[in-house]
Amino acid sequence: MNCIIIDDEATSRTIIGELCSNYNNLNVVEVFSNAIEAIKYLNHNETDLIFLDIHMPDFNGFDFIRTLKNPPIIILTTADADFAINAFEYDCIVDYIVKPIKPKRFSKSIQKVEAKFNEEISRATSKKNNPSANDDFYVNINKRLIKIDIQSIYLVEAKGDYIFLKTDNKNYTVHSTLKKIEEKLPDHMFLKIHRSYIININRIIDIEDNSVLIEKDIVPVSRSNRPELMKRLNLL
Amino acid sequence: MEDQPNLNYINSLSEGDKSFEIKILDIIKKEFKQEKKTYYNNMKNDNFKLCAENVHKIKHKISILGLEKSYEIAGQYENNLREGNYELQNRFSDILNKVTNYLNKL
Repeated sequence: MNCIIIDDEATSRTIIGELCSNYNNLNVVEVFSNAIEAIKYLNHNETDLIFLDIHMPDFNGFDFIRTLKNPPIIILTTADADFAINAFEYDCIVDYIVKPIKPKRFSKSIQKVEAKFNEEISRATSKKNNPSANDDFYVNINKRLIKIDIQSIYLVEAKGDYIFLKTDNKNYTVHSTLKKIEEKLPDHMFLKIHRSYIININRIIDIEDNSVLIEKDIVPVSRSNRPELMKRLNLL
Repeated sequence: MEDQPNLNYINSLSEGDKSFEIKILDIIKKEFKQEKKTYYNNMKNDNFKLCAENVHKIKHKISILGLEKSYEIAGQYENNLREGNYELQNRFSDILNKVTNYLNKL
């Protein structure tokens, strides 16, 4: 698990870093002395876990959490227990440790994190593999959030900073990446057949050499993706 | 009985790793010195709120050095400052002196 430490005290940052070093599955990637710098970092990077001090000048730990759209798992660290009750308001907070953090207490906390982390991974996996769990997603087009029915998508094409979504009813141009869309699409229905194309394999009409006819579009299949495509077809 | 500073907590973290002990004590010494200076400056300016912030940070170091009673006093003093009074100021100054003397000897 990649983690970051946010604490305005160098002593705390060093102690938490030392405690983390005892765990092979914890990788401290960054440490921050204030929440603002951490927000800037998280605008461009992801993390699995945050050790977050509550009591920081100007911008405290709870202010920080409220800025996060999709907060990762958080362990609150604090010199006093007065704020513990507030922690229950946030699902992302798995534990609340009072400083000075003792190794045994830290170990308990990491066990809770591991349980939560595994639970989230299995939930994400089952969502991705179960179409009924997620039948649609929303895309932002000209400041409007438009609902896209996943089953209606038959082709996704990447062009520069944009992707083209072709559906039964309409085509959409979205500022996103193929990777991001791929994460939203169920594996059993969609397949990346080229670095610029994802197709709905249920909509294939025919395959000839290194191209696929899908609805009215002819889409190239890269040599490296062809074996996986062939494996997924119900061949006689 | 008055509590005495000790390195029990740091030893429990280091598990014998001398380089970590040296590193953390160096950080504590530097940070404590700076926090104490800032606290006294804020005290001169009668800035209760900032003094409370300084005490809050210092009390972590007090607890790291195993001063449990002193930690409680620092916590009460921090609350007093947040309410706008200096009660326990002298006792907190004694604690600062005790920590300073101990860190200087290390």
